[in-house]
Amino acid sequence: MLFSKPNHPKIMKTTVAVLLLTFFVSSFRLTGQEDLMDLIGDTKPTTEYTYATFKSTRISLGQSVENPPEGNLIFDVQHHFGPANIGFNDFFGLDQAITRLGLQYGITNWLAVGIGRSTLEKTVNGWVKIKLLRQSTGEVNSPVSVSYFGDAALSTLKWADPVRTNYFSSRLSYASQVLIARKLSNALSVQLSPTYIHRNLVEKTTDDNDVLALGAGGRVKLNNRVSLNVEYYYVLSAQTAKDYNNSLTLGFDIETGGHVFQLFFTNSQGIIEEHFIPKTTGKWLNGDIHFGFNISRNFVLKKPKEFQD
Amino acid sequence: MKKLVLLLIFSLTFFQYGNAQRYLTKNGQISFFSDGPLEKIEAQNNQVNSVLDVKSGDFVFKVLMKSFLFEKALMQEHFNENYVESDQFPNATFVGKITNPEAIDFTKPGTYDAILEGKLSIHGVTKQVKEQGTFQVSTEAIVGKSVFIIKLADYNISIPGAVAGKIAEEIEIRVDVRLDPLKF
Repeated sequence: MLFSKPNHPKIMKTTVAVLLLTFFVSSFRLTGQEDLMDLIGDTKPTTEYTYATFKSTRISLGQSVENPPEGNLIFDVQHHFGPANIGFNDFFGLDQAITRLGLQYGITNWLAVGIGRSTLEKTVNGWVKIKLLRQSTGEVNSPVSVSYFGDAALSTLKWADPVRTNYFSSRLSYASQVLIARKLSNALSVQLSPTYIHRNLVEKTTDDNDVLALGAGGRVKLNNRVSLNVEYYYVLSAQTAKDYNNSLTLGFDIETGGHVFQLFFTNSQGIIEEHFIPKTTGKWLNGDIHFGFNISRNFVLKKPKEFQD
Repeated sequence: MKKLVLLLIFSLTFFQYGNAQRYLTKNGQISFFSDGPLEKIEAQNNQVNSVLDVKSGDFVFKVLMKSFLFEKALMQEHFNENYVESDQFPNATFVGKITNPEAIDFTKPGTYDAILEGKLSIHGVTKQVKEQGTFQVSTEAIVGKSVFIIKLADYNISIPGAVAGKIAEEIEIRVDVRLDPLKF
C-alpha cells in the first residue's frame, strides 16, 4: 500500500503537511458576494476593436474609415447648394443645387461597395472600400485603422466637340485613397487621407492628368449626439494647386435616433472625390461658401446570424 | 495513525468535491425587449457571467455591455455610444441574495420559485431591486430564469428629445442562465 512503509520519514511528513495544507486551503471557502464576483472577474485577455471612430461613412465630403455594417444597405442623399455670395436673388445659393443619390452596401464587415449619380457633369460613380486594419488594444494592438478606397467615375455629358473622334475612356476618371484614422478618445478622432486622382481627359493641355493630394480631417464630439467635423484637402500637384483651391469643409454630425444628418459649409461644389479634390474653385474668403447636407438611411438586408430564424 | 490522517483528509476533500456549493456560468443569456411606437428594440447577450452559492444563497451577475448584439448594427453602436456609454461603464452587475432559501432545495431536482433581492448596477447607477424568478434544479446543473422590467430613467439613461415618446421608457429584461457546478 502507498505510504505503508515509508523508507524516508522526512518525505512522508512533508507529504502529509502538504496534503493537510491543501485540505485546509480548500476548506477555507471564501464567503460573501464580493468573493463570488472575483470568480467571474476579468478573464483571459482579448482584442478589443475600436468602434465608431466616425458616426458616418463620410467625415463630411470625403470618406471616413467607417463602412456600412455587414448586410446593411445605406441610401445616401447628398446635397450641395450654390455659393452663399451669389446674393439674395438666388437666395444665397439655395436656388441652385448639386445633388447625388447613392447606395452603399456592406458585403462583409471589411468590404463595402457603392454606386451613385451626381448631377455635376452628370457623373455616375462606383466604388469599393476595404478595411485593411482596425485600431485595437489587447492581444492585438494597432494604433490606427487603415482602409483603402477606390472609385471610378463616368461623366455622361454630351461631348463638347462631337465632330472629333471621342473615346469612351475619355469619360472616365479615378480616385484612390488610403484612409488612416485614429480614435484618440471617445470624443476626438483624426484621419489622414493621401489621395491619388487620375483623369483620362482633362480640359486644357496644361492640366494635370494625375493629381496628388493629402486630406486631413477629424471630429470632436460636442455631446453624445452631435459632433463638429473639419475636413481639408491639400492639393500637391503644382499646376492644379495653381489653378484651383484646396477644399475646406466645416460641419456637424447630428444623430437623431436611427439617422445621422450631416450639415456642413464648404467651398467645394462637387460631391465625389474626382470633383471636390482637384476641381474646387470656390474661396472661403470670397464668400464662395456652399451649404450642404448628407442624409443617410440604413436598411438591414441581412440580419446577424443571432437574429435569423 | 498516518494512514488514518490520510484517510480522513481524502474522505473530507472528497466529501467537499462531491457536493458543489457553487454553480457558475460564463455564457448565460440575457436579452431585452422594448416596444416603442417608433422603434422595436431587441438585443441579446450570450456571454453573461454568473455565480450562485447554494449554501449562502448569494447570487451575482456580471454583464459586459459591449456583448449585447442587436439586429441593427447602427442601433448597437448607438446603444454603446449614447445610451449606456459602454466605454465609461463597461459592465452591468447584480449582487444579491435569495430571500426565500427555505422554499428551495438545491439537492432535489425540481422547479422552485425564488425571490431575489440585491443591488443592480447599470450605467454607473446602483439600485436596490427585488425580483422574482425560478430555479430548475437537475442533477447536472441549475437553470435560473427571470423576467423583469426596468425604467431607463432610473439608471440615468436618457432618450434624446428627437425620439422622446417614440422609444419605450421601460424595457423588459429576460435572464436565462444555466449554472454548472464549480469544482476546484
